[in-house]
Amino acid sequence: MVMESNKLLEVTGLTMDFGGLRAIDQVDFSISAGEIVALIGPNGAGKTTVFNCITGIYEPTAGDVVIHAPGLAPRRINGMRANRITSLGMARTFQNIRLFPAMTVLENIMIGRHCRTSTTILDAILRTRKSVRERHETIEESYRLLAKVGLAEVANEFSANLAYGAQRRLEIARALATAPFLLLLDEPAAGMNPQETRELDELIVRIRADEQVAILLIEHDMKLVMNISDRIYVMEYGKGIAQGTPREIKENPRVIEAYLGEEVHA
Amino acid sequence: MTHFKRSLVIGLWFMFLALPLMVVRVNTLNHEIEWRWANMLWLGFCAFALAWFWRASTERRAARQALGVAAGRPLLAKLSWAQRLSDDPALSRRLLLIVAAAALIFPWVVSTSQNFYHVNIMVSALIFVVLGLGLNITVGLAGLLDLGYIAFFAVGAYTYALLARNFDLGFWTCLPLGGIMAMFFGIVLGFPILRLRGDYLAIVTLGFGSITKIVLENSEELFGGAAGIAGIPRPDLFGLVLDGREKSLYSYYIVLALVALTIFVTNRLKNSRIGWAWMALREDEIACVAMGVDMARTKLSAYALGAFWAGLVGVIFAAHNNFINPDSFTFMDSAMILSMVVLGGMGSILGVIIAALALKLLPEYLRAVAEYRMLVFGAVMVLMMIFRPQGLISNLRRKYERAPADESDGHGK
Repeated sequence: MVMESNKLLEVTGLTMDFGGLRAIDQVDFSISAGEIVALIGPNGAGKTTVFNCITGIYEPTAGDVVIHAPGLAPRRINGMRANRITSLGMARTFQNIRLFPAMTVLENIMIGRHCRTSTTILDAILRTRKSVRERHETIEESYRLLAKVGLAEVANEFSANLAYGAQRRLEIARALATAPFLLLLDEPAAGMNPQETRELDELIVRIRADEQVAILLIEHDMKLVMNISDRIYVMEYGKGIAQGTPREIKENPRVIEAYLGEEVHA
Repeated sequence: MTHFKRSLVIGLWFMFLALPLMVVRVNTLNHEIEWRWANMLWLGFCAFALAWFWRASTERRAARQALGVAAGRPLLAKLSWAQRLSDDPALSRRLLLIVAAAALIFPWVVSTSQNFYHVNIMVSALIFVVLGLGLNITVGLAGLLDLGYIAFFAVGAYTYALLARNFDLGFWTCLPLGGIMAMFFGIVLGFPILRLRGDYLAIVTLGFGSITKIVLENSEELFGGAAGIAGIPRPDLFGLVLDGREKSLYSYYIVLALVALTIFVTNRLKNSRIGWAWMALREDEIACVAMGVDMARTKLSAYALGAFWAGLVGVIFAAHNNFINPDSFTFMDSAMILSMVVLGGMGSILGVIIAALALKLLPEYLRAVAEYRMLVFGAVMVLMMIFRPQGLISNLRRKYERAPADESDGHGK
């Protein structure tokens, strides 16, 4: 599955210090086109910090984050502003849901189209032909994505009124609206019941196929991770400790120790 | 019965609070203190009765709602009148026509050639409507607290006053210049505070407002100091000579046109890519940036556009009054405009207009009970915060219709 030429994201030696605390230490990983890659590890291993470093929320202390946007030259994106990274084609969701609560479900997704449209203030005031066309495109595309995640019926509800699982799906749809080539999901199944997790499982696989995106996800639900991932990276205390296919990871003694500790034989 | 007891406590508390106000009176003629205990009893009784009635009615409403939920009726089924109005464009258009017609005839109905007091009051109220709508962009839509908004108003007013005095420029030339100048200051203020939020943003904007006033007060040669600038020319109308009433009418129509323009532009912006980005910024800054919205550009545009309207209407203010001094641009005015936005409902154009008119016109017409004017004003504010903390018109849901031609496509998918 892994083809060197098709790398979308390459992270080498990623290090992040908060004061004296080294949250991430020399982490390397990469994702190729069409892959679903999982980043797992015990709580506090630094997974979300990795996400924040590669999406521009934090500026990494050291290391290289290079993206290969299709059709563009490779680009080092360390310290680039988050919105620039999103418009280059890497979109994310958040561990603790961050929707726009007082906006409707549809409006939430329409924000995702912001970086793919270019209506200026003057266009908006004069309602130029371009602004009308972009508005229609935005609405159409948003409805399409809503239908994809099964939220078309509640398009005009406030997003704060949605059920938890629906809010998670809305966040995914909002990220997809930015037309990314790489989608980063931070614990998409957190707080979901088994039924919802199963649906999410299908949704993620379907999104990869329909939208031609690669997916990097952080997840604690091992069943979901083992089901859908092509490759898995494992982190502990800010370091990468293993990588491989789901089968390899399951049998890796280092991973088992990280998760179960030494009390396992007590 | 806990309701009874609690209401009793509220009654007693009100009696205590009102003691110095309603009971004790110093009679300066006889050099003695009057104790009006009857007042206190009345007040206590009224407060008790109101509190009791209020508690009973909320309890009943909650019970009814619980019944409705049990019967499977959703809570949200009841729509506010504002939501219904916004969902029905034909109705709102008709209402808009009626209001516009009323606004056009208003000055002819209430003024005579001698008495145009009401027109002048309306001009100053409408000036604050524009200010409210301008600040609504910054605070209501983009969620950027601004406690020094009046400074942009001052920039507009002084731009006209100085350009007219020193360069003999006319009103119509200065009108856009005042707006652009304020916009420039909006951007200048916007840059350093791009990274600030909440309390810190409030402090910096408050400082900006105060600095502006102090600079105006202390620079005699340039800005006329505390005495201000007098003899600012009125708006010119093709060189016609206007009498007092006609001048007021002319100001009225100019500011009315500006109100219409502000509503038009704000409404269009609100329903566009720009407005959506502002609202997203208000809701969650990190998520907004992560979705590809340029924070710097979005914030600056919100500051600049908010300031622009203040600058425009500042020019009109200076022209209408012939005279400006720093006392017209105090923190109280900033706070007043901010309360218009908050009372009207963050982001709601209609709400802000209603609140601005109410806040400017009520004190004017409450002069009859001048003593209690601020008391009533304060009471209204407190009641609003208790009963409608989200403002007169709270966040409305907007629906976006898909183009009819594409509908069939959508179903096919």
